[in-house]
Amino acid sequence: MSAGAARKSDDILHPLLLRIVHWINAFAVIVMILSGWRIYNASPLFGFEFPVGFTLGGWLAGALAWHFAAMWLLGLNLLAYILYGILTGHFRRRFLPLWPGPVLQDLKDAFAGRAVHAPGRYHGGQRAAYVFAILSIILAIVSGLAIWKPVQLQELTALMGGFEAARRVHFFAMGALVFFIVLHVGFAVGVKGVLKPMITGRPERAE
Amino acid sequence: MKRPKISLSDFRPQIERVERRLFLKRGLSLGALTMLSGCTLKDDDAVDRLLFAMSRFNDRAQAALFDPNKLAPVYEEAEVTTPFPFNAFYEEKLAPVIDAENYRLRLSGLIDNNAPWTLRELRALPQATQITRHVCVEGWSAIGKWGGVPFRTFLERVGADMTARYVGFRCADNYSTSIDMPSALHPQTLLALDFPGHAGETKYGFPVKIRIPTKLGFKNPKHVTEIFVTNDNPGGYWEDKGYNWFSGS
Repeated sequence: MSAGAARKSDDILHPLLLRIVHWINAFAVIVMILSGWRIYNASPLFGFEFPVGFTLGGWLAGALAWHFAAMWLLGLNLLAYILYGILTGHFRRRFLPLWPGPVLQDLKDAFAGRAVHAPGRYHGGQRAAYVFAILSIILAIVSGLAIWKPVQLQELTALMGGFEAARRVHFFAMGALVFFIVLHVGFAVGVKGVLKPMITGRPERAE
Repeated sequence: MKRPKISLSDFRPQIERVERRLFLKRGLSLGALTMLSGCTLKDDDAVDRLLFAMSRFNDRAQAALFDPNKLAPVYEEAEVTTPFPFNAFYEEKLAPVIDAENYRLRLSGLIDNNAPWTLRELRALPQATQITRHVCVEGWSAIGKWGGVPFRTFLERVGADMTARYVGFRCADNYSTSIDMPSALHPQTLLALDFPGHAGETKYGFPVKIRIPTKLGFKNPKHVTEIFVTNDNPGGYWEDKGYNWFSGS
């Protein structure tokens, strides 16, 4: 779309394919995190455990079953998303540029409630946040594979600094993702008119 | 005063309407419930079945990923974890103590020569040692040193059918597990006779443990008393409770 062209209210902001991928990803990520917390509790790395009420699976075997089922959904869905993003130019259009200066300024504006929301265009803070989320998921998957297969994929485990280091990388990738989710859900609910388009694809009509 | 006569037949059309409506309503809610729960009226079961199917899919995925020639990383003596963590489905003090002289390793299933073995006879076979990482399904790991007979050598010696699919293990502590034949034939899979810890310590699996560095810890049975070869998946203590059967590393 050429710059300055007015958007009609029935323009599609988020294509159907991307909306499907987004909600599958949301489901898979939540399953992975909640079952992951139950797995963590079986052998806590740090001096705390996750409250059992916030975990999925009931016991270690159940949590592992959820984790190793949802990992396929997460991985294949992410692969589809990355292929789509690269092949259609979606990543280039939506996520670039990422210069630190403007990104920092836009982040400050967003937290001050002054961010400019142009439908169909992300401000610098959003671009940085979404790239951060995607990289966190990729890091969680890579470190997860290193823990799952420290013999068959030992090169990957070595890249993570060994098995015990890979467990910590996996934990902090989860932490980064939870950090993103808290902000993302906060803004999605707090900023007017941004949640509905992620479901219907269309901007909310000004009525 | 004339009492108004009430006859049921006067109200029949209304009653039929109400009945029809109730029937539809009940039908709808039952239909909705069935759709939600995958036709069983118990949605826990549908989820469990899906997770079970995915676990069997993961068995096949892991078998495909398994490279029979890929060796587990080995470590230096100085890297061995001391004391080596004890882990079982019972407390440490309940670990079985087995008399070395009377011990016999029994064999059954698809094995040509299924005569039982004494410890002395097992010691007379070619021996190997390894220092590898034991990874527990709980997440923790520890480096240990094991010595014993390469399991492939043992299976060849007793004439096991190496085209069979599974090797099963029964243990003195009533534990059991089973592995796929490719993992049994892996060059680092060991019929271990020497264990972590100081001499005389028996809780780590004396007199026979199967050490498989390409599998999670619970697939490494301790205090083994019987080995059998079969084409029917024998499952195992934890596997039957819901842990993934292949559980490769």
